[in-house]
Amino acid sequence: MTRILPILTVIAIIVALWYAATVWMNAPWVRDQAARAGQEVTTSQLVRETLNQERPVLPAPHQVITELWKGVAGQAVTSKRSLVYHAWITVSATLLGFAIGAGLGILLAIGIVHNRAMDLSVMPWAIASQTIPILAIAPMIIVVLNSVGVQGLIPKAIISAYLSFFPVVVGMAKGFRSPDRMQLDLLKTYNASPGQTFWKLRWPSSAPYLFASLKVAVAASLVGAIVGEMPTGAVAGLGARLLSGSYYGQTIQIWSALFMAALVAAALVAIVGGIERVTLKRMGMAR
Amino acid sequence: MSGALPGWMRMPLIGFVLVLGFFVLVPLLEGLPLAEVGRVLADPRLWTVLLVWVLAWMGNAWLSERATTRLAKGIVAACFGLTLLLLWELVTRLYAVPEVILPSPSAISAKIVSNLDTLWIDFVQTFVKGALTGYLIGCAAAILTAILIDRSSFLQRGLLPIGNFVAALPIVGIAPILVMWFGFDWQSKAAVVVVMVFFPVLVNTVAGLAASEQMQRDLMATWNASYWQTLFKLRLPAAMPFIFNGLKIATTLALIGAIVAEFFGSPIKGMGFRISTEVGRLGLDMVWAEIAVAALAGSAFYGLVALIERRVTFWHPSQRH
Repeated sequence: MTRILPILTVIAIIVALWYAATVWMNAPWVRDQAARAGQEVTTSQLVRETLNQERPVLPAPHQVITELWKGVAGQAVTSKRSLVYHAWITVSATLLGFAIGAGLGILLAIGIVHNRAMDLSVMPWAIASQTIPILAIAPMIIVVLNSVGVQGLIPKAIISAYLSFFPVVVGMAKGFRSPDRMQLDLLKTYNASPGQTFWKLRWPSSAPYLFASLKVAVAASLVGAIVGEMPTGAVAGLGARLLSGSYYGQTIQIWSALFMAALVAAALVAIVGGIERVTLKRMGMAR
Repeated sequence: MSGALPGWMRMPLIGFVLVLGFFVLVPLLEGLPLAEVGRVLADPRLWTVLLVWVLAWMGNAWLSERATTRLAKGIVAACFGLTLLLLWELVTRLYAVPEVILPSPSAISAKIVSNLDTLWIDFVQTFVKGALTGYLIGCAAAILTAILIDRSSFLQRGLLPIGNFVAALPIVGIAPILVMWFGFDWQSKAAVVVVMVFFPVLVNTVAGLAASEQMQRDLMATWNASYWQTLFKLRLPAAMPFIFNGLKIATTLALIGAIVAEFFGSPIKGMGFRISTEVGRLGLDMVWAEIAVAALAGSAFYGLVALIERRVTFWHPSQRH
């Protein structure tokens, strides 16, 4: 309870502020409408009207929740108006990209730890590439792959893979190096081969680093998939919902897509976190 | 086996054989006739690229076995980057890759030189006006918020989990909303950047403010230091490594936010605007030119913050080499 109560309080404050902002930001439109009709608006009328507009500047929380609920539960899952359908399109690209990116990242980290030339050559660039706004090339990747005939899931997955790749490389290179001198020396006295050292020492002791970087990577690859859906024009996916919402001024649609994306991100991170807890517990590494 | 070849030759040769095997196996598995495989292998272009690659790798491996100083290590990294550029140039030239798929580095640099004024206008619009303004406002707001909620552990316990949660969300998604609210010009981009950098910096600052040790705080108490004296003389300096960690993460987010927000509408200048319109016109050399500028600006921005960090937190173990 001591943990939940402060969080609930802060959420309540945010919701209250949100309602206040809704009234304040939507009020000009209501007043304007009333003035054109030659009517006066009372305060209670103003509040009621601002909270239930069709295309508000800022939709009220209950409008967003209603739309979200309608999108998730009110449609058949295969319908183009279902948020589950759009979320699945985005998640499938995210997961494919995440798997490719994390797999390649781990492989490269293995190479970096075992090969000095690779360490000195690749590592500085891997770190430097994190300071580069990689998302900027997303539209280019989409269009170029489109022009050579690759469409649909793959281009988005490539962007996701690219974004989730570097956190994993950097984290795992650190993780494989986390065993200290003593432990490595001990394995040397056992005459362990590099492969044995890797599987029996480096790989197990990198587990905390693996999960920490996987959590960052899965969040990054979701962002990649969402941004990857924008340049092809609004077809399907959460990014497309955002874009079409902004084209047609459907603010409630934008906000509900945004909340869906937040739920998906939270779910993905929570899944990785759950696997982390179980694995580390079984390995006896739980904190 | 290990005595036969020096170490710096072994890995490159294995890589060479693997890639060559790839070029033989894949056509065979696809059921192409043997003559086709022979034709691929007889292609001098393939051998040129492969030879350059393997020789450069060997050179770098040889160099890195001997590199001990920082300078030598830097040279190894630079060689790797240059080799990549060289291979890119070779492949695009030898195989005559169309410009709309992958322009060569030389074409890109020519484009940069001939379009310096456009690139500068875009840079000012996106980086200086959008990203930098938003970064300064967002980071200042986050640090001030962290100090404000510092006295209430109740608010902290409530805000920290939410801040951590929000920091993992795809916040770029609010870009269309903010573009709707603040118009097409740089103000909306700065607003996106403010929201994007706020939470990482907030979470790190709150963590940093808790970083000073109980002993140190007790010492301040025995000196009868007030809350603000303790804050400015002990806890803020002790929090600096954490704050700078957040500030460094935020540099990348700021540039990403400013560029992506321009995809949702912008005046006819700006890096994101240029990228999306040039992609539409298949002017890929201009896109790459903008990406090069973005990469340079991003690295320089990060480097600048890292430099300030070194000056401010010179006492921290991670800064003492």
